[in-house]
Amino acid sequence: MLSYILRRVLYAVPIALAVSLLCFLLVHIAPGDPVNAIVPADAPQAVVDQIRAEYGLDKPLPVQFGLWLLKVVQGDLGRSLATGRAVTDDLFVAVQNTLRLSLIAAAIGFAAGTLLGAIAGAFRGSWIDRVAVGLAAAGVSVPHYWLGMVLVIIFSVTVNVLPAMGAGPGGSGDWAWNWEHMRHLVLPAVTLSVIPMGIVTRTVRGIVAEILNQDFVNTLRGKGLRRGGILLHVAKNAAPGTLAIMGLQLGYLMGGSILVETVFSWPGTGFLLNSAIFQRDIPVLQGTILVLALFFVSLNLLVDLMQTALDPRIKRA
Amino acid sequence: MPHDPGANPLVEVRGLNVRFVSRDATVKAVNGVDFTLAQNESLCILGESGSGKSVTLRALMRLNPPKKTVMEGAVRVGGHDIVAAPEKAMADIRGRVVSMVFQEPMTALDPVFTIGKQIAETIIRHEGVSRAEADRRALGLLELVQIPSAKRRLAAYPHELSGGLRQRAMIAIALSCRPKLLLADEPTTALDATVQIQILLLLRRLQQELGMGVIFVTHDLGVAGEIADRVAVMYAGRFIEEGPVAALMRGPLHPYARGLMGATVHAGMRGTRLTTIPGAPPDLSRPVQGCAFAPRCPQAGEDCLPAMPELRSPAPGRNVRCIRVDEAA
Amino acid sequence: MASPAALLSRPLPDVGGPAQPLLSVRGLTKHFPLKGGLLNRTRGVVQAVDDVSFDLRKGETLGIVGESGCGKSTTSRLIMALMEPTAGEVIFDGQTVGPGGLSMKEYRRQVQMVFQDSYASLNPRLTIEESIAYSPQVHGLSRRTAIERAHELLAAVGLEPGQFARRYPHELSGGQRQRINIARALVLRPRLIILDEPVSALDKSVEAQVLNLLMDLKEQYGLTYLFISHDLNVVQYMSDRVLVMYLGRVAEFGPVEAIYAKAAHPYTAALLDSRPSMDPDRRRTEPPLSGDPPNPVNPPSGCRFRTRCLHAEDVCAATVPPLAEAGEDHRAACLVHSPGSGHSKAMPHAA
Repeated sequence: MLSYILRRVLYAVPIALAVSLLCFLLVHIAPGDPVNAIVPADAPQAVVDQIRAEYGLDKPLPVQFGLWLLKVVQGDLGRSLATGRAVTDDLFVAVQNTLRLSLIAAAIGFAAGTLLGAIAGAFRGSWIDRVAVGLAAAGVSVPHYWLGMVLVIIFSVTVNVLPAMGAGPGGSGDWAWNWEHMRHLVLPAVTLSVIPMGIVTRTVRGIVAEILNQDFVNTLRGKGLRRGGILLHVAKNAAPGTLAIMGLQLGYLMGGSILVETVFSWPGTGFLLNSAIFQRDIPVLQGTILVLALFFVSLNLLVDLMQTALDPRIKRA
Repeated sequence: MPHDPGANPLVEVRGLNVRFVSRDATVKAVNGVDFTLAQNESLCILGESGSGKSVTLRALMRLNPPKKTVMEGAVRVGGHDIVAAPEKAMADIRGRVVSMVFQEPMTALDPVFTIGKQIAETIIRHEGVSRAEADRRALGLLELVQIPSAKRRLAAYPHELSGGLRQRAMIAIALSCRPKLLLADEPTTALDATVQIQILLLLRRLQQELGMGVIFVTHDLGVAGEIADRVAVMYAGRFIEEGPVAALMRGPLHPYARGLMGATVHAGMRGTRLTTIPGAPPDLSRPVQGCAFAPRCPQAGEDCLPAMPELRSPAPGRNVRCIRVDEAA
Repeated sequence: MASPAALLSRPLPDVGGPAQPLLSVRGLTKHFPLKGGLLNRTRGVVQAVDDVSFDLRKGETLGIVGESGCGKSTTSRLIMALMEPTAGEVIFDGQTVGPGGLSMKEYRRQVQMVFQDSYASLNPRLTIEESIAYSPQVHGLSRRTAIERAHELLAAVGLEPGQFARRYPHELSGGQRQRINIARALVLRPRLIILDEPVSALDKSVEAQVLNLLMDLKEQYGLTYLFISHDLNVVQYMSDRVLVMYLGRVAEFGPVEAIYAKAAHPYTAALLDSRPSMDPDRRRTEPPLSGDPPNPVNPPSGCRFRTRCLHAEDVCAATVPPLAEAGEDHRAACLVHSPGSGHSKAMPHAA
């Protein structure tokens, strides 16, 4: 088992490297000279060259990547072109905010999706099933920035029970687990939970229905097990597949909250990314994408390892 | 039925009908099956795919898909009314009074639970014993079905065992609460030849030692010859012939039973042409008039069509549904 | 140059004459490496087929029997060139198959295969006539001629073309589908057909129909069969000679009468004794073997059957038994039959 874990972790290293390279290249392949974003359009050539040298943009690409990577490993993602603050400082706050939002959204979506999916799978073809499938389809297909705005109109404008923007009262950046702050989480979290809810519902429904169709369920009935006993078997068989889809969805939530964070002005990574794109703030852009991508890679690794632990058929050698 | 199982039969089936109802069609899988089985007797139901043999077997513990199955007639197993029992009572009967061994042990066992757990949970379910006691009993059961290194095998998952050991584990689960009736649905079909005979002999020995009634479903005459006291041949949802194994295998009376045995390749047939049964079995989603085998029968005539032939008993213990067979004087 | 239609209307000519085996298999070996561990090293080797050699005579039916893991299906796939052998070669009518010999296209025309799963081997989106007419078109026949040929073959396998030609596979029964597969195997007029468990998925009454059909077609088209099955009774019924395999190697090879009357290899004897007796008054009392066939990963040294053999001695672990003479045209890979092998039941010295 230990050798398996070690091997999986080692496999993740080249993936992480490739991801870093992509992040680095992304910015250099994109059209437009990054220096132009910093200097005024009428700056003299000497100034342009000096800034180019300062940021190391005059060196060949492989060297630039090497230098960049060396700094990244030391925890230095450079300074924001727009604010001059260290990218890591801004990112640290943003990642925390995004984690808060997406974990809560995931909890809502996964719980609702698992429940709906399990019921739908067990009663396939019944009205409950049709309702669940309808909800899942709606969850996946409704654009969530639109849903976000609708929720804002209802709960913030019309009824006025929940705040529409920000992560805390008075736009304060410091989070606290109290109702004043939690109120701000409700609408964005619910909005964000709708897609994973739909996808988890569909997946769990399929998995449960497939398991219930397998021969061994007949054996369980033939042994005289009651509904509860059979459910235990179904749950353990469904766990690896369900977990895999949840891991993937959590990854998407982290990276995909950009629109929802923008709609609700939630100061997370998506929000950061959005402003960095509009300001051509390359160090921020690179740093944010890199952190999100690495998060995705580690999440996948974690899911793989958990699946292996749960399913005895996957070779652990 | 004239076969005399003694005063207190283990299984009593009268007029069993099983239909599968769906939106598109109603399939009449079993159409009036009657039989009795004595305590400690073994019956083999022989038939081809679609004959209703597996459906009949599953009906004995009401294991056909609940939503779309309609079951009529009288079925009593060990004194319990299987047709009328509420689902809760049925769950108490399954595994304790009657249990089943399935064809494919790889798919019939839960892949993510150990063998030991799958045996123990049955014992805990029916007898409410402690986990430790159940584990101890599970070990004894693995030894009973002759699994070598039984202790180590308790912690094994189904995919870690060979086909033969998996089927032995399946048998151990079925026997865990000492049922009075063991049902087996083609239990050796998925196994290699040298393993098949081991499992057959094991089942025969266990039946004798534990004093169970056994009903086997098979398409393989040889299996019937090794294990059955009596054989019933099924066609289109009916027992068309039934009798003691030796008599039936030596001299089948129904034209279908004769055709089936002539079509079965066995030693000494080399160089002879196999007899075949022309045509195909009837579609059971359509009504069948008269003898269901008549369209394929070399001896059929106009007189076969008006009504399903009544059972005739040409010799003591033998029953045939064919008007060409003469009743014993 | 004759037209494709004329060429495909009869089998390719006999090149080597009647004494030349139609197919010679020489030292055929297939090992699958088993990978795993920290650096994905090879942890073991599945010796699926190990040094298998035999000749297939023109016009005979050679049966291959054995249990799961014995390599009979891998052998058939190697002969069909559906996978690359680790070692060994296949010679067809005196010509090697592959570069410098018979081209794959020519070889595939002459050797066809019928599989156990009648449904999986047919394209579900093609009608029956299209399925059968497919390969003649690849070989240059016009669509019309190919369809005509398909109808002839449908009739030959006992299916009325007017009734069946336009149907799809899912509209047929298992027996009918297997007839289609046989028709499709015949359409290029091959000389050899490999039948891999062709009746194992069928009901007994249908099995008999298909076996009768195979016997008729063999005569009608002058075919040679390689008949692979786990059913000893069916192999006995169909075959002239029988090859018994165990864990990737040949255990015994000889005329069907000799093997079924008196098996020379202890494994063959056990296999034959494992058949249910068919006589309820003389039932089997003890199983001839205990346990399952072992896994072909890292098989036992020496004789692979020794772990389950009643006659095993120390020498059996040390020596790989050669195929020794056990009668006329009859050989067994058992040291008991190998004079001077050192086994206590063997003749002390070579004659």
